[in-house]
Amino acid sequence: MDVRSAMATPAPAMAPGDAPPRLSIQIVPRAALPVIAVIVAGLIITIAGNWLWALVFYHVVGGGLWTGIDLFVGFVIGPILGRLSIPARAEFSARFMPMMVVIMPTVVLMTLASGFQLALGLGNLQSLSPNHGWLVASFVVVGVMATVALGILEPANIAVLFEMKKPHPNGELIARLMRRFVYAAGITGAMQIATLVIMTRVATQ
Amino acid sequence: MTEVGRQGMTPGTTRGAYPPAAELATVSLALVVVGGVFMAAYFPTRPPLTLPIALVAVSAALLGSAILLLVRWRGFAWAAFSLVVRWALVAYVISAGMIEFSFVRNHATGGPLVVVSLMLVLFAVDVPVIIAVTVARYQSSHPV
Repeated sequence: MDVRSAMATPAPAMAPGDAPPRLSIQIVPRAALPVIAVIVAGLIITIAGNWLWALVFYHVVGGGLWTGIDLFVGFVIGPILGRLSIPARAEFSARFMPMMVVIMPTVVLMTLASGFQLALGLGNLQSLSPNHGWLVASFVVVGVMATVALGILEPANIAVLFEMKKPHPNGELIARLMRRFVYAAGITGAMQIATLVIMTRVATQ
Repeated sequence: MTEVGRQGMTPGTTRGAYPPAAELATVSLALVVVGGVFMAAYFPTRPPLTLPIALVAVSAALLGSAILLLVRWRGFAWAAFSLVVRWALVAYVISAGMIEFSFVRNHATGGPLVVVSLMLVLFAVDVPVIIAVTVARYQSSHPV
């Protein structure tokens, strides 16, 4: 199945012999890299300084975005994407997936690194803390999500982008990898509900 | 990492039997994650190290087997693999470095720090290998 035409911007008329224009796909959007560098540098400084407000800021902002994006992709974007035609799906993915390549690892890093530091600072990791069990449960949930995201979701995402850059992308393969991406996003979305329950418990004990 | 896709395979072609290198690396990653959760659950007190060391050993063996399978895979798209793996390594070495920094910053020392460091090395290699194998599997073996 050739999705080259799918990636083309709709053109009313083309001269005979003109190849349909293909979307230019940048697998890692370079413009985002300086922003990520600033975020990571800020995170390192925050952990080194052990600043409570900045740790809470990184953890809440990162965690909110991570949970929100996972739920939105798993339960809103995913089902919509599944009902689109393959050309529409391919065009959406060509613009959407590169964003996910940079956003998700960054928000995950923000959340986990600041969260671990915060848990230590607040004493929630001490075995006598009433929150200890909840935090261990959150580690397990994050562990499952990390394995699904890093072992299934992200490789599928990047493989789709490489396939789309080919002169003759294999639409069937893209559809298969996208299905894998959407199912994995659904699993991590469901796990995020557990994270919401755990984190609201931790914050109120 | 933008040039590989232009060296496409013929439409509809994928390699036939392919060794389960990505799957082995994923199990290796899962074991490291289990070990990491176990260690983090005890932190800041010293955890028992028998289970984490066993997990590191099995994980390393699985990753080694995955790499061995790749080396023996005829027609594997090494050019695509190395292009992806080196960029992914940069990203995941930074991630692993952040986690290591967090443990060192909080005074992890001795055996637990060594085990955590080994786990992070495996993590930083596992993820790029999984991504690169998944990409290279569908690429031409011609040089990029």
